[in-house]
Amino acid sequence: MGRRSGIRRAAGHTAYAGIIGAFTLFTAFPFYWMLITTFKRTGDLLKRGNNPFLYNEPPTLENLRVLFQDTLYVRWLWNTAFVGVVVVAITLVLALPAGYALARLTGRWGEQLGIGIFLTYLVPPTLLFIPLSRLIALLGVQDSLWSLVLVYPSFTVPFCTWLLMGFFKAIPPDIEEAAMIDGLSRLGAFARVVIPISMAGILTVIIFSFTLVTQEFVYALTFITTVSHYTVSVGVPTFLVRGDVYFWGSLMAACFIASVPIAIVYNFFVDRFIAGFTVGAVR
Amino acid sequence: MIAPAAIYIVLVVGVPFFLALYYSLTDITAGSRELHFVGLKNFAAIIGTLKFQAALWNTFVFAVGSQILVIVLATALALALMKDFRGKWLIRLLILLPWVAPMSLGSIGWLWILDSIYSVINWTLQAVGLITPDNWPMYLGKPYLAMASVIGVHVWRLLPLATVILLAGLTSIPKDIHDAAQVDGAGFWRELFQITLPLVRPIMLVATLFGLIFASTDMIVIFVLTRGGPYDTTQVLSTLAFFTGIQGGDLAEGAAIAVFLFPILLAVAVVFLRIARRSEVI
Repeated sequence: MGRRSGIRRAAGHTAYAGIIGAFTLFTAFPFYWMLITTFKRTGDLLKRGNNPFLYNEPPTLENLRVLFQDTLYVRWLWNTAFVGVVVVAITLVLALPAGYALARLTGRWGEQLGIGIFLTYLVPPTLLFIPLSRLIALLGVQDSLWSLVLVYPSFTVPFCTWLLMGFFKAIPPDIEEAAMIDGLSRLGAFARVVIPISMAGILTVIIFSFTLVTQEFVYALTFITTVSHYTVSVGVPTFLVRGDVYFWGSLMAACFIASVPIAIVYNFFVDRFIAGFTVGAVR
Repeated sequence: MIAPAAIYIVLVVGVPFFLALYYSLTDITAGSRELHFVGLKNFAAIIGTLKFQAALWNTFVFAVGSQILVIVLATALALALMKDFRGKWLIRLLILLPWVAPMSLGSIGWLWILDSIYSVINWTLQAVGLITPDNWPMYLGKPYLAMASVIGVHVWRLLPLATVILLAGLTSIPKDIHDAAQVDGAGFWRELFQITLPLVRPIMLVATLFGLIFASTDMIVIFVLTRGGPYDTTQVLSTLAFFTGIQGGDLAEGAAIAVFLFPILLAVAVVFLRIARRSEVI
């Protein structure tokens, strides 16, 4: 009996390690591959007989040189970060009060407004960008990063309002009421009492919005035409794919550099992110 | 307090939405400034075409197929990550990676991995003797394989987020419940299907709903990997609308194709939210 359960436990451990290993291989292999490709010579990459896992020719920094010297990669990273930070700020300014108000509004009105905000998430970007490009021309911000700053909150605000609404609902109203009895206005109670205890939810919103911004492609592709105004997700494929010629080494380097640092930063916050999501989405 | 958000949404989503609806009823093109009201002509014109019908079906296959895979895999992965083990920090980092990669670049990474001549997958399969050089699978060049590939890459991209969301649901279940189940002698599968999964159902439904909407409106994976090909077998409504409306310049028809998605998503959302709400009450 004891031996059999021991064998079973060992089998369980192996199966468990196998599952984790398989998933990790699936998610991380492309990044490992990007890293290998980054330092390969083009001749090595494009020879069919070569073992792709090995460096058949000595490694090179040429792909990185092309990326950093022949393209505006650093500029594009900077543009993406800039748009990301501004959009996150706008999202917080709009979504925090809205989410709070929706959480505290009771009855039909509150519920219908909540549904209305959710519905905007259903409108596909492919539908919006034709009219939006006219709006942008009207405001005179075409071909500038401000056009993205204007448009991106259209998908971050609804989602984040909805997420924060759930989050604030979990905070008992007594807490603000106590603060209001102590002489704070509702706004003051919100700013000084509710926001500090909602940091997990706010962090969730920040991470979420920033990711959505760095991922966005369609609007950036259609609204921006000047090379120095591109974001990473548009600049890299536009510049390193010329017709049928792919600069694989530099492309892979660009992707690796743009992803891995953010992933490391996120990994520090993921527990609090999970906490924010638990409260926000379940209630 | 809600006014700033509401005003912004009305201006940047509401007004353009109705403008797009209006465009779908006109003959507007990218070149000319004139437009005439043509009623439902655009809709009548697109619904009859094989291209549109195929795109509608492909959207369904792509969205539903990828979501089923995402939910099943994310549940398994989230359950596995509930345990503590050494090196979890690193494993979690590696699993989070696809989520933070700018997806146009992540898709290009896959384009390289699935390349018709230099695919590392094929090289490995050949090295272990599973395929020979003359029957290398063309992952992006054969209809069914191409659909499987874009679904696979979409799953790759959504898996981390879905796992994090499910992990959130799983950690919110009080430990007493699991202890009680074990005291009562419930085995792993019984506990999973009768206790754990029903308790995370609301959050799972919400995650699936967002996933479905996302998969039907986002076009980046398909745009980069196949551009809708081969022979439109991976053409979905969002890519078709983009190619027709933006690259083809037929704004009215592009708008009509994009509008078509909205009522479908609306119906799906209503059904899901109903179920989610009901399972929360129980």
